[in-house]
Amino acid sequence: MIKYLHKYGAPRRFYAISGRVLPWSAVITVILFVSGLYLGLYWAPPDYQQGDAYRIMFVHVPNAWMSMMAYMALALFAAAGYIWNIRLADILAKCTAPLGASFTLCALVTGSIWGKPMWGTWWVWDARLTSELVLFFLYVGYMAVQASIEDPRRAAHASAIVAIVGVINVPIIHYSVYWWHTLHQPASITLTNQPKIYITMLIPLIVMSLAFMFFYLTMLLVRARNEILVREKDRQWVRNLARKIV
Amino acid sequence: MKRQNKRLTFVVVGLVAVSLATWLILTAFQHNLVFFYSPTQVLEGKAPIHHVFRVGGLVEHGTVHKDGLRATFTVTDLRHSLVVHYDGILPDLFRAGQGVVVQGRFAGNDVFMATQVLAKHGANYMPPEVQAELKHSLAMKAKGKA
Repeated sequence: MIKYLHKYGAPRRFYAISGRVLPWSAVITVILFVSGLYLGLYWAPPDYQQGDAYRIMFVHVPNAWMSMMAYMALALFAAAGYIWNIRLADILAKCTAPLGASFTLCALVTGSIWGKPMWGTWWVWDARLTSELVLFFLYVGYMAVQASIEDPRRAAHASAIVAIVGVINVPIIHYSVYWWHTLHQPASITLTNQPKIYITMLIPLIVMSLAFMFFYLTMLLVRARNEILVREKDRQWVRNLARKIV
Repeated sequence: MKRQNKRLTFVVVGLVAVSLATWLILTAFQHNLVFFYSPTQVLEGKAPIHHVFRVGGLVEHGTVHKDGLRATFTVTDLRHSLVVHYDGILPDLFRAGQGVVVQGRFAGNDVFMATQVLAKHGANYMPPEVQAELKHSLAMKAKGKA
């Protein structure tokens, strides 16, 4: 299994395969975003309590989900790279961090914009908001460690520890609204219960969430391919590639 | 032990240790992590009543009195309630039956002087027609029982 990973985890092989996947995932991302925004902004009905203001949910919730999912991916990639010395995993972890940080920042900003008219405040230090802010700092810390060490192997090793330790925060974010009294409401969509969102509002939310997932995949591939070229710039296959383009 | 297995063990043991530490810290700070107290907790003396703190609960129906920017209403957790005095702009979602979190000082008896009122909203989202229908069918059910 690990040997198999090493074979397909070879950056050169990944570069070839991802080159074929990339156009498809890019097209799917655009289609999902356009249809998701149309469904969310025009097709979905207004909310009984929040009117049209609730529509910010269609960007806030996918960003918040992705901020946590990207962190899980970051920790998994970092752990795989750390334990089994998979070079591709190191690269994927490094390329996930700025994406995850952006999702987190967008979730915080859109949440703040939503909070002002509905709750009556831009920000409160409740457990949900604070733990999401901590997630942002974890991403930033990971990136800082990455950037401060020049050797890619050593940078990956050191930053992997930050990524793995920080994963504790993900369940804390998720359960914060159940463990403590928070201003933030509990989850509307859970795996075990029926969603508390009406179906005509749920569909745009699902489409937008898929759009963000494919956006993450697309951007990850783009970033990872760049990183591979930079790291392997002295290899023959990269030189051949460069010669072909010039 | 192979070096890979060593590293795997290190990661697993490390994660368990950090989880344990986090759990202990969160348990120790349980009281500081609470964003608001319920009226019952306040009246039982479990809230820091000599400092500024927050109370959360539902705005009781028929208790909201507004006079310009001055508002008086009752916040309840369905067991006990507090009379809240507030001077300022109420958030859009503020209405009877709505969840609110008020920040301010306890003024003794069951009176709370608020300096900030925040509205909570539930996890439910639905179109107004569906909400109206839901209300209607609930009312019918209640009638049937009575």
